[in-house]
Amino acid sequence: MKISREDVLRVAELAHLELTTAEVDMYQSQLDQILGYVDKLMQVDVAKVEPMSQVVFAAASGGSADAHPELREDVVLPCTVAEPILAQAPDAAKPFFRVPRVIER
Amino acid sequence: MSATSHFPGRWTIPAVRDALRTRKASAREIYSHFIARIEKRNPELNAYLTLSPERGLAQANRIDAAIARGDELPPLAGVPVAIKDVISTTGIRTTCGSKILEHYIPPFDATAVERLERAGATFLGKTNCDEFAMGGSNENSAYGPVKNPVALDHVPGGSSGGSAAVVAADLAVVSLGTDTGGSIRQPGSFCGVPALMPTYGRVSRYGLVAFASSLDKIGPFATTVSDAAAVLSVIAGHDRNDSTSASMSVSDYLAALGQPVEGLRIGVPEDYFGTGLDDEVRAKVEAAISVLEKLGCKRIPLHMPHTEFAIAAYYIIATAEASSNLARFDGVRYGLRVPEETLGKMYRTTRGQGFGPEVKRRIMLGTYALSSGYYDAYYLRAQRVRSLIAQDFADAFQKVDVIVTPTAPTPAFRLGEKAADPLQMYLADIYTVTGSLAGVPGISVPCGDTAAGLPVGLQIFGRHFDEARVLQVARSYERASGNAD
Repeated sequence: MKISREDVLRVAELAHLELTTAEVDMYQSQLDQILGYVDKLMQVDVAKVEPMSQVVFAAASGGSADAHPELREDVVLPCTVAEPILAQAPDAAKPFFRVPRVIER
Repeated sequence: MSATSHFPGRWTIPAVRDALRTRKASAREIYSHFIARIEKRNPELNAYLTLSPERGLAQANRIDAAIARGDELPPLAGVPVAIKDVISTTGIRTTCGSKILEHYIPPFDATAVERLERAGATFLGKTNCDEFAMGGSNENSAYGPVKNPVALDHVPGGSSGGSAAVVAADLAVVSLGTDTGGSIRQPGSFCGVPALMPTYGRVSRYGLVAFASSLDKIGPFATTVSDAAAVLSVIAGHDRNDSTSASMSVSDYLAALGQPVEGLRIGVPEDYFGTGLDDEVRAKVEAAISVLEKLGCKRIPLHMPHTEFAIAAYYIIATAEASSNLARFDGVRYGLRVPEETLGKMYRTTRGQGFGPEVKRRIMLGTYALSSGYYDAYYLRAQRVRSLIAQDFADAFQKVDVIVTPTAPTPAFRLGEKAADPLQMYLADIYTVTGSLAGVPGISVPCGDTAAGLPVGLQIFGRHFDEARVLQVARSYERASGNAD
């Protein structure tokens, strides 16, 4: 097994997910199977290849079009949706969202 | 009413326009006709999650008032549309197919939605989908699967299964879906309707609930390629609220449709016709390519060597981005909150109970791929392989004008058939995720049915921002194959 039970618990902790025992078992075997498949990426020689984190139009189309505009001016605009947003918050005390105690003992 | 032979007697955008102009029907009557059809058919299909008659009738009334005044009508005047439930709509519940947003009502419209409204469309409601657009069968919706209107015991495809089904079942004239790894094209293929994924950045994602930000796109379903082109013309273009939306000018997509395709070079990559491709799908797609050749297109064989690595790269990149994007659902600001004593416990319990199995699986996979010690081996490597896949497309487009492939390796499968095996479900995305990773536009256009009567889709990829060419080839095929008037 590539993925241990401890791996699953560690990842669930990182992702803030409460899992049942049955889910831990299921995800252990499924992640193991999926990552086993993903290992085929190891066959590709990527030593001289840059990572692509966003669509780069020039590279993929053989053109050099600059598809993205200049950054816009940083202008303050009024936000008119604060009321409806707070109105459906699980627990709001205007103008705040209220949450349980942050410091755990 | 103008009709297509594939969907006889169907309302299309030109049919709505004719009816309004000649006063054969009012926008209100057309809208009410669709609501009545939905109320009759939807309990069986489960394709709509929420109807929006209040907003839709107000929109229809505004169109009827404009007609009475003799105003010029906007391009989608009185056209009833459906919107996938991952796209924000002011005042209309937007669940993303998830329990965690069961009662969420957005305070703003997505830009695509706002543009549809400005173009005169009337909103029927929100369509069912895989939870947070994660899935290829619509079986991952917290509100139950959509049934394929062509064969009720089959899936409609996913994740935009509801948006495909409502157009196929005549419960909307056109609809919006979203495509991250095939979620527009594959359900279009399974339900037998044209389905367009625009170029990355062509349509603003402002107001689209994010799944994988380097891959997500919004695009239309329609019964004709020209109706898909008409919707794209309305929703495309730069938006100051989405810095990833492109500033490239928007073509007149409808005008491009009539151009002859003679002399175009169509690339046929051998890598999309290997093992795993259903024989009937292969035969239908080959026949479609022959139709294009008869129209004067030149068939060019291609090899796109990194195709076989696309699924692996896609499922690392998409899940990594998803694990980050979905961190916002923590019970603090919107949606479900499961009360707990401490903040940390509230996060974990809310997310554990609010998300369904596939969403949790992808968050786990993405978190693992980004975690310390695995980032280079998985995430960074997947991004490097993505570059190679994009390069395959760039190289191909040096030699050809469009690339044609099957949309999916099989026709629609049965409900439940793949639900227990996530990897098998992922592998079915083999022909769609490539174009997603490269960011190119692609359409699925119906190219006949199997002996069992299940639709097959032909996929056509084009260069970045060359939707006009993709639509032109799709339209020429549609017309030549007798699928449209």
